[in-house]
Amino acid sequence: MLKTFPKGGVHPEEGKYSANSAIATLPLPKTVSIPIAQHIGAPSKPVVKKGDKVKVGDKIAESAGFVSANIHSSVSGTVVKVDNVLDSTGYKRPCVIIDVEGDDWNENIDKTEDLKKEISLTDKEILNKINESGIVGLGGATFPSHVKLSVPDGKKIDVLIINGVECEPYLTSDHRLMLEKAEEMLVGIQILMKALSVNSALIGIENNKPDAIEHLTALVKDYPGIEVHPLKVQYPQGGEKQLIKALINREVPSGGLPLDVGAVVHNVGTAYAVYEAVQKNKPLIERVVTLTGKSVQKPSNFMVRIGTPVNDLIEAAGGLPEDTGKVINGGPMMGKALNSLDVPVVKGTSGILIMPAELSKRKEESNCIRCAKCVSVCPQGLEPYLLNRLAQLEKNDKLETGGVMDCIECGSCAYTCPAGLPLLDYIRLGKSRVSQIIRSRKQ
Amino acid sequence: MNKLFISPSPHVYEDTSVKRLMFDVVIALLPALAFSIYFFGMGAIIVTLTAVISCVAFEWLIQKFILKQEPSISDGSAILTGLLLAFNIPTNLPIWIIIIGSLVAIGIGKMSFGGLGNNPFNPALVGRVFMLISFPVQMTSWPVPTGFSNRYTDAVTGATPLGVMKEGLSAGKPVSELMSNIPSHMELFYGHMGGSMGEIAALALLIGFAYMLFRKVIKCHIPVAIFTTIIAFTGILWLINPESNADPLFHLLTGGVMLGAIYMATDYVTSPMSVKGMWIYGIGIGVITVAIRVFGAYPEGISFAILIMNAFVPLINMYVKPKRFGEEVKDGQ
Repeated sequence: MLKTFPKGGVHPEEGKYSANSAIATLPLPKTVSIPIAQHIGAPSKPVVKKGDKVKVGDKIAESAGFVSANIHSSVSGTVVKVDNVLDSTGYKRPCVIIDVEGDDWNENIDKTEDLKKEISLTDKEILNKINESGIVGLGGATFPSHVKLSVPDGKKIDVLIINGVECEPYLTSDHRLMLEKAEEMLVGIQILMKALSVNSALIGIENNKPDAIEHLTALVKDYPGIEVHPLKVQYPQGGEKQLIKALINREVPSGGLPLDVGAVVHNVGTAYAVYEAVQKNKPLIERVVTLTGKSVQKPSNFMVRIGTPVNDLIEAAGGLPEDTGKVINGGPMMGKALNSLDVPVVKGTSGILIMPAELSKRKEESNCIRCAKCVSVCPQGLEPYLLNRLAQLEKNDKLETGGVMDCIECGSCAYTCPAGLPLLDYIRLGKSRVSQIIRSRKQ
Repeated sequence: MNKLFISPSPHVYEDTSVKRLMFDVVIALLPALAFSIYFFGMGAIIVTLTAVISCVAFEWLIQKFILKQEPSISDGSAILTGLLLAFNIPTNLPIWIIIIGSLVAIGIGKMSFGGLGNNPFNPALVGRVFMLISFPVQMTSWPVPTGFSNRYTDAVTGATPLGVMKEGLSAGKPVSELMSNIPSHMELFYGHMGGSMGEIAALALLIGFAYMLFRKVIKCHIPVAIFTTIIAFTGILWLINPESNADPLFHLLTGGVMLGAIYMATDYVTSPMSVKGMWIYGIGIGVITVAIRVFGAYPEGISFAILIMNAFVPLINMYVKPKRFGEEVKDGQ
């Protein structure tokens, strides 16, 4: 029996069309727009101005607090302006816009491809390096990585969990990375283990990637303490709490963090970025992005410089299909629909999914028939039908006692609802109201 | 470029709908319908058509002219109510009574509460119990399952196994003597007995049960809870005194237990939302059913049992919650 989380979950059509296309380097864009808010936490402060010349890897915006991250130029060229540009959230937000001239890298960066296994930095130095390099969680949550690695006093971490689940349908960027950059990733995991001073790291991978499981299982023999665990194909297996429960059978308490149960979770992409930052001195300036969809001519995985317009990826994959109805930043379960194709790829962009028009519309709504399917698929043990109703009625106190803040917004309830009700829309609304109330209570 | 469609996640949906679920239940009822036609003939066809057509017609009329909404009869729920209503009445029931029953089921049982999803009681059972109380004679004259040649309203009638048992036991006769007037357990299993149209063939109803489980239309908890409770309760009574109490298998195969437990008690709208709640609800139905059968005035009690437990569902939903992730753990162990 494959390991999995105990409660709820769904199994959407996997649609991993791009699983067999190797990571290709996307040609350099003409201009990049690099948002200063690409992570959870305070937006960074730009340190360049119009007319400045920058090289690849130069810092262009500085972390503005503990929960924030540095941002580096992904290209070489001239800063055109710092201006508000439409980004993937659908709002205009400040970006550093750079005209690309050549490909001139900061001389401190080691551009060679050689694998560097030796870890020479101490745990403190590793932490500083990760902070300095602007690394954030690349699974999509974009939480600054150095914060997760700074364990508060009194907490003891004994295991590092590496998320290679990639439970979102369609996306294959982590899959390809595990196949093509496995050794680098494993060294990255060792670096993270050193930073946390733990001797055990578990890599969880959904069983629909047998090649990645096989490849890594063969390689980890040379990396003591690292284990590979195949997991059942069940969404949301890659949810942090679900993954911890599946791998080490510990339950993160309601309102708590993984470190409350002695675990820290990082994505495989993050582990690779950590390798590059610590061993090659290379800040986070590019990432793997899947460009896929049912009608896409060449479903692909690209190594993309941060700030590249989404349109460039679409052109490289054979252009926008005729029947396009929706373009999603991320996977179909949790991704955000884009309202423009000029928005830049950011640190949290794991994929761009193009949906045909006939699959883009929502289901027609009808009355709730109380079938309880939402209750049985909720991995958090909540009652989505009830939270939906309470949110509509603005019963905020009941929403809070009903556990709305425990919702991980995985979308399983709305996915499975036979009445086509937008359950998660209302639950999100209720969640934001309740979190406002909680915040005002603390003040 | 075409305009892009924008909506919050999720962007994909399971291939399912209310209509599909309703029609899956209808499909699950077809084997039992075939058995009923085989045993009761013309009457089964007339009763089924009358109930289905009048339920659909009443829902359409009420939505169109009283509630002034877009009629939603295409979702199949009125067809299902009609079919279940037909399954719950004898096949010699006059058409006019069926029409009144359908009006009560749809009008009072369902639409007066706001239509599909809002009714606290199972509409088909509301209709059936209304007819049972209003027309007790017609509702308890059971055609003998003579085969397809069976006639409609002037069919030959006889008692149901449960009726024979109830009457005999209250007259002081021992079970072993009464059993000789009742078909064998095997015959009961495939439906060779008097009774409401669709309740007779346990075999066919179980086939439908398997289909619904396979299609993930319902969960098994409610029927299993009802069956186990009935077996346990009647089993204890039977072990205490086998001559004054029928055996558990008899209770399981006769009357409306199969139909009620599999198709009526599992009605989404009127059953609990959590698995724990489903167990409580199912056990309650089992206990009340046996209590009415053994100690009550009626030979059969599952309709009342389901309706009584329907009334407890809001309470169950309020107090019996699924276990939340991370709810009780302190240190994660």
